[in-house]
Amino acid sequence: MDKSGHSQHISQQYNAELEDVKKSMLEMGGQVEKLVADAITSIIDGDSGIAEQVRENDKPVNRMESDIDEECARILARRQPAASDLRLVLAITRASTDLERIGDEAGKIATQTIDLAEAGRSPGGYTEIQHMGTSVRGMLHDALDAFARMDEKLALKVAEQDKEVDRYYGSAMRVVLTLMMEDPRSISRVLNIMWALRSLERVGDHARNIAEHVIYLVKGKDVRHVGLKEMAKQVKK
Amino acid sequence: MTDTKENVCLEVKGLQLYYDNDKQALKDIDMYIMQQRVTAFIGPSGCGKSSLLRCFNRMNDLVDGCRVEGQILLDGTDIYDSKVDASRLRRRIGMVFQKPNPFPKSIYENVAYGLRIQGVNKKRVLDEVVEKSLRDAALWDEVKDRLHDSALGLSGGQQQRLVIARTIAIEPEVLLLDEPASALDPISTLKIEELINDLKSKYTIIIVTHNMQQAARVSEFTAFMYLGELIEFGNTDRIFTNPNEKQTEDYITGRYG
Repeated sequence: MDKSGHSQHISQQYNAELEDVKKSMLEMGGQVEKLVADAITSIIDGDSGIAEQVRENDKPVNRMESDIDEECARILARRQPAASDLRLVLAITRASTDLERIGDEAGKIATQTIDLAEAGRSPGGYTEIQHMGTSVRGMLHDALDAFARMDEKLALKVAEQDKEVDRYYGSAMRVVLTLMMEDPRSISRVLNIMWALRSLERVGDHARNIAEHVIYLVKGKDVRHVGLKEMAKQVKK
Repeated sequence: MTDTKENVCLEVKGLQLYYDNDKQALKDIDMYIMQQRVTAFIGPSGCGKSSLLRCFNRMNDLVDGCRVEGQILLDGTDIYDSKVDASRLRRRIGMVFQKPNPFPKSIYENVAYGLRIQGVNKKRVLDEVVEKSLRDAALWDEVKDRLHDSALGLSGGQQQRLVIARTIAIEPEVLLLDEPASALDPISTLKIEELINDLKSKYTIIIVTHNMQQAARVSEFTAFMYLGELIEFGNTDRIFTNPNEKQTEDYITGRYG
């Protein structure tokens, strides 16, 4: 598709509507990135103050999702977008749903921080959180960047990274299981770390979803339920 | 029914159309029209979509200085072959125009007209055909009690459905619709679209329309034309979600071409 943006319609008003809703979604993305970063910091530093903030800041993100949805519905009803415009509107509603879920996962991580602040630190697992946190934050950033620039190759990279994150998640699970076996009294605290890792893994999945929406937007191909190989084939077409 | 070679109704091969001998209106058109499917022609004014539509029943024969090259095959026979009789061809390929053009006669006589000029005058046969055609054109319930009133007293939407009834009374195989709803209000337009949907189980339909949503709603295949060329032809779902050509994309999304 043509990547010169959605600014060449005969109707200026239509240009503005599409640009605005895309901007809103990317803004929401920025907010969500910050939520995830803060949630990771809160659990590593054991800072329940930041954690409370994360849970509080998740609320405006939820509102943003509703606003974006409403705007997309309005554009569908009034403009009957076709082809790449239609795909843009669909991709935006889908991406904003994924972003909202990522916000929820950040909230869940913050909840683990608050639990741990009362129960005391876990005997380990922080390195794993740090490592996975860095990976999924990178994925989320790249997915949003790919959306903003309609870069299907970068989107494919995000999907590839998700495979690695999933693999790393498996080995991190084994590490924290060992911690539980070594000291059964720590089980409850290690479980908090496990839930946080689980949430980070979910963030990675949602980032991958956003990347898939980018490929749909650019290539017009639904790659949500195909393997990486097929996805790479569609991107290279 | 799957769309295979056997279900091709009309095949256009290397069609060229010239007006005034030198002005080329259609350039090397190749396409298939599938049987019992709706094919929509879209494109900006002057792109040649109506000219192409008129080629299918040789309406251009009536235009001075008009020349057609290439072939349009109907059942394997070129409709431009010198052995083909144009009026017999038009019986097989009927046409409906933008503005409803009922004859200044009764509703009944409008529908019966085609049969009468074929020499059919038996009242029983005519009654049957008139009723069946009006039913097929989704007009029967609205006019059954005033069949002998003037057709000119009908609303625009009713007149257009009457014209469609008149066209299908002689049982053509193909219906050519040239902007059939552009002079109608939205409700009458939806009725015509609904009618198109009903008629495609019996007829092959080609529709020219300026209303892209209409093309998207009613057709299975869409042809996008620009400056006398066929730019893109394919499945309507694909054309409206993921067209191959940039020109198609620009047109259907309302961008500068």
